[in-house]
Amino acid sequence: MSARGKLIAVIGDEDTCTGFLLGGVGELNKNRKPNFLVVEKETSVAEIEETFKSFLARSDIGIVLINQFIAEMIRHAIDGHLESIPAVLEIPSKEHPYDASKDSILRRAKGMFCAEDFR
Amino acid sequence: MSGKERLDVFPSRMAQTIMKARLKGAQTGRNLLKKKSDALSMRFRQILRKIIETKTKMGEVMREAAFSLAEAKFAAGDFTATVIQNVNKAQVKVRAKRDNVAGVTLPVFEYYQEGGDSYELTGLARGGEQVSRLKRNYARAVELLVELASLQTSFVTLDQAIKITNRRVNAIEHVIIPRIERTLTYIITELDEREREEFYRLKKIQEKKKQLKERTQLEIAARLAKLGPIAEPTNMMMEQTDEDMLFE
Repeated sequence: MSARGKLIAVIGDEDTCTGFLLGGVGELNKNRKPNFLVVEKETSVAEIEETFKSFLARSDIGIVLINQFIAEMIRHAIDGHLESIPAVLEIPSKEHPYDASKDSILRRAKGMFCAEDFR
Repeated sequence: MSGKERLDVFPSRMAQTIMKARLKGAQTGRNLLKKKSDALSMRFRQILRKIIETKTKMGEVMREAAFSLAEAKFAAGDFTATVIQNVNKAQVKVRAKRDNVAGVTLPVFEYYQEGGDSYELTGLARGGEQVSRLKRNYARAVELLVELASLQTSFVTLDQAIKITNRRVNAIEHVIIPRIERTLTYIITELDEREREEFYRLKKIQEKKKQLKERTQLEIAARLAKLGPIAEPTNMMMEQTDEDMLFE
């Protein structure tokens, strides 16, 4: 693991991306490739998946934030990602509240905790 | 009992002692691994609880952040395009550190700031207050998400580690130990059998010897009988008075 700091990548709708970029996570690398993807209505699922995979393959990314409704679209790719780094985090978006039962990680943990933990 | 179910050893006393030592070793190993697995699952549960807490907290923080975004948009107009176009260098980065739980290294993310804010001028004309609050809110969200990310990475790593450890424990408990035990019983039965064989052989030899002795004696007797009564040489020393030959 390099001592250099790692980046936080974002895949999300316009608002989420704007927010996190203002929070200061955005960066363009040498090839002017951004570490975020703004998903609009016309963005295809294949494009999202490709970007997600390229984020996973980049060694300078430590965390991938992805809106949960987008994660739903490429669920198979997320479930296929078993390594611990980069960590894939599903975050709620403005229109879509957070649903814990859809989260890949929490689904994996299902059966290990009781119902009262959910609340 | 087929050859697959036990180790391939020559049944001897030495092999038996070696097997006993191995059995002991396997048992200690299993106990140690069990302890490790317990320690890991304890940590695992802690992390799980924390993850659930943080995830619910994240929901709130994100909602607040989204709300402040709407506020800022209302005050400062739509600045999304400017923000997305003006990306330059990341200000917030994460550093990966390592934490150790029972021999399993867990990555822990630590977030730090680097360089200046590239959006200093956003909202300069109007809505500066809202924009800076928005920045603050999202910075908090990032902080929380980084924490969540390290929890989640630990979770995944621990999950794997626990699975591996449990598999090992089960392998030792259900495959290796029974195999060694079977080998031991095999050695013991084999040794016992050899002992019985040895005993039987001794008995047999004794019997044979006895038979041989009897036969020789019989033969001697038979030969004696065939020769008939043998004139025994007289004993000169016997008290027998000869008759006088001269003086009558």
